[in-house]
Amino acid sequence: MNSTTEQAPALPEARRVPARAGGKTAAAGAKKRKRNKVPQQSFRSRLRRDKQMLLMMVPGVLFLLLFFYIPILGNVIAFQDYQPYLGIGDSLWVGWQNFVDLFGNPDFIHAFWNTLYLAAWQLVFLFPVPLVLALIVDSLVSTRVRKIFQSIAYLPHFLSWVLVIAFFQQMLGGAGFVNNLLRDWGMDPIPFMTNPETFPVMVVVQMIWKDAGWAMIIFLAALASIDASLYEAAAADGAGRWRRMWHITLPGLRPVIVLLLILRIGDILSVGFEQFILQRDAVGAGAAEVLDTFTYYTGVVGGGWSSGAAAGLAKGVVSALLIYGANKLAHRFGEDGIFAKQAR
Amino acid sequence: MATTLFTRKPRELSYNPKRPVWKEKPSALYQTVKAVVLIVFSLSILTPILLVVSTSLADTEQLVKAGGFVLWPERPTLEAYATIFKGPMVLQSLGVSVLITAVGTILALFVTITMAYATSRSVLFGRPVILAVLFTLLFAPGLIPSFLMIRQLGLLDSLWSLILPGIFGAFNFVVMRSFFMNIPGELIESARIDGANDWQILWRIVMPLSKAVIAVVGLFYAVGFWNSFFNALLYINDHSKWPIQLLLRNFVVQGSGAADQLGITTTPPPQSIQMAVVVVALVPILMVYPFLQKHFAKGVITGAVKG
Repeated sequence: MNSTTEQAPALPEARRVPARAGGKTAAAGAKKRKRNKVPQQSFRSRLRRDKQMLLMMVPGVLFLLLFFYIPILGNVIAFQDYQPYLGIGDSLWVGWQNFVDLFGNPDFIHAFWNTLYLAAWQLVFLFPVPLVLALIVDSLVSTRVRKIFQSIAYLPHFLSWVLVIAFFQQMLGGAGFVNNLLRDWGMDPIPFMTNPETFPVMVVVQMIWKDAGWAMIIFLAALASIDASLYEAAAADGAGRWRRMWHITLPGLRPVIVLLLILRIGDILSVGFEQFILQRDAVGAGAAEVLDTFTYYTGVVGGGWSSGAAAGLAKGVVSALLIYGANKLAHRFGEDGIFAKQAR
Repeated sequence: MATTLFTRKPRELSYNPKRPVWKEKPSALYQTVKAVVLIVFSLSILTPILLVVSTSLADTEQLVKAGGFVLWPERPTLEAYATIFKGPMVLQSLGVSVLITAVGTILALFVTITMAYATSRSVLFGRPVILAVLFTLLFAPGLIPSFLMIRQLGLLDSLWSLILPGIFGAFNFVVMRSFFMNIPGELIESARIDGANDWQILWRIVMPLSKAVIAVVGLFYAVGFWNSFFNALLYINDHSKWPIQLLLRNFVVQGSGAADQLGITTTPPPQSIQMAVVVVALVPILMVYPFLQKHFAKGVITGAVKG
């Protein structure tokens, strides 16, 4: 982890090397670690050998700089009173004032708690679904049924959120299919899509509809990699279906579950941006305002660039801490987590 | 349905290698629960799609009688489609979507392939740097700074603002790179000895060997560009530059000023017109889906496992 953060700037550094062929600090460090057994070529000859490779990196590195690293630096406007006509250079620095204001802003506090609330719903009710589906599919004997189900279940992953919400509206909306049926049967329509109280349920259902099938893939792969002789031995020793699942399947899936949980936790504050922006008008800001929509409406729509950036930055920092914490926790429980690949 | 899904042939007729002898036959209750879960999940996915397609094809009379939606068009008609293509909006936004998808996918493949190839062989700096960069890609720069960047570059209201931010995806890069890393080094070394430079090696040796993965990654990018909606909401004000997803959002999801927004006077009921727009956005995805499905599972797993 530490070595990672130190080396992060090394890529742009090394790219600049050809212009002033002296600086070999970061690059040389990486080189030494990489091939300490192979006889060292001189830096210049390696540079000459690799120059076409380096040229190939130019488009990608340019992209990363323009649309990733420079915007990350652009977050400094969270500490400014940013005025578009002044630009970052001339805008006034205000220190932590934007953050102080944010945490005194009831709308932000509401968005913050609402994000956590919705995230908790997702973590508890969304996360287990793909696992259960994968266990069911894995237990199917018929390959054909399995294939058909997989073809259907993966499909919604490739539909845009706009389409998904449109489908849900047509099915469950006020003038939608189900409510039409209810009216025909003489019952009162149910406001599935516009009731702020049940919005978290709706959000989870939509997410399950769209991505549960897709999320199943990775569990299926992990299930397929469990050694079948373990099951056979357990069965010979008299373990039934459920005991085999508890003592063989779930431990076998543990690394995957932990990895996905970490990724999920790091992503937890991005509860589903497009999904909310599309439905915020229907259910109201009370239920659908999350940190990302707050950032969008404050910053881009309302012109409060600095408060928007401050909200975004606060979210980013908390997410980073969450990933780090979850990963630490995973290591504590003896799992690889996401950073273990560096140790290898 | 539930029973036919899971019945097996009598034991003496077939020995099914998929169910080893030690595995007990599941109880009837357990099998029913499984079947119900799978069928309910499948139907919940298929019904809305069927509903939308049928409603878009239904004629006025049946729609009015059914109160807005039909599950099966009795007298299918393309009237709704004829109507939406009469006005300029749908055609325009389709054009925009096709354009950004085509240009975006080509650029994205170029950037991803070159970057993946260059980092798949040991160059000046090695694996730790690449992993560090990949690690930073777990984070997002944030909405406001990205917006300011696009504005700084003068790309607001330009179609480039829909293309450029999407031309590199960390996941696609990882999939591509791990595929390239599995190409035997001897192939590349022998080409180098024969005097090929890196561009020639990439073009003549690496890419022909990677057709499948390139196709899959390309499709992933294409689906991403086709589906992208939020960038357009952020960066595009000009109605004539709306991609189909944004049109869909404003026309169907928000449902405001539907007909006049499309520049048409409506004869078929608005319901079937709306559904026709949904279908127009849906069909390209359905068309590439069989191909995607054939390959993606492998790609996803390679990417996830190799890291």
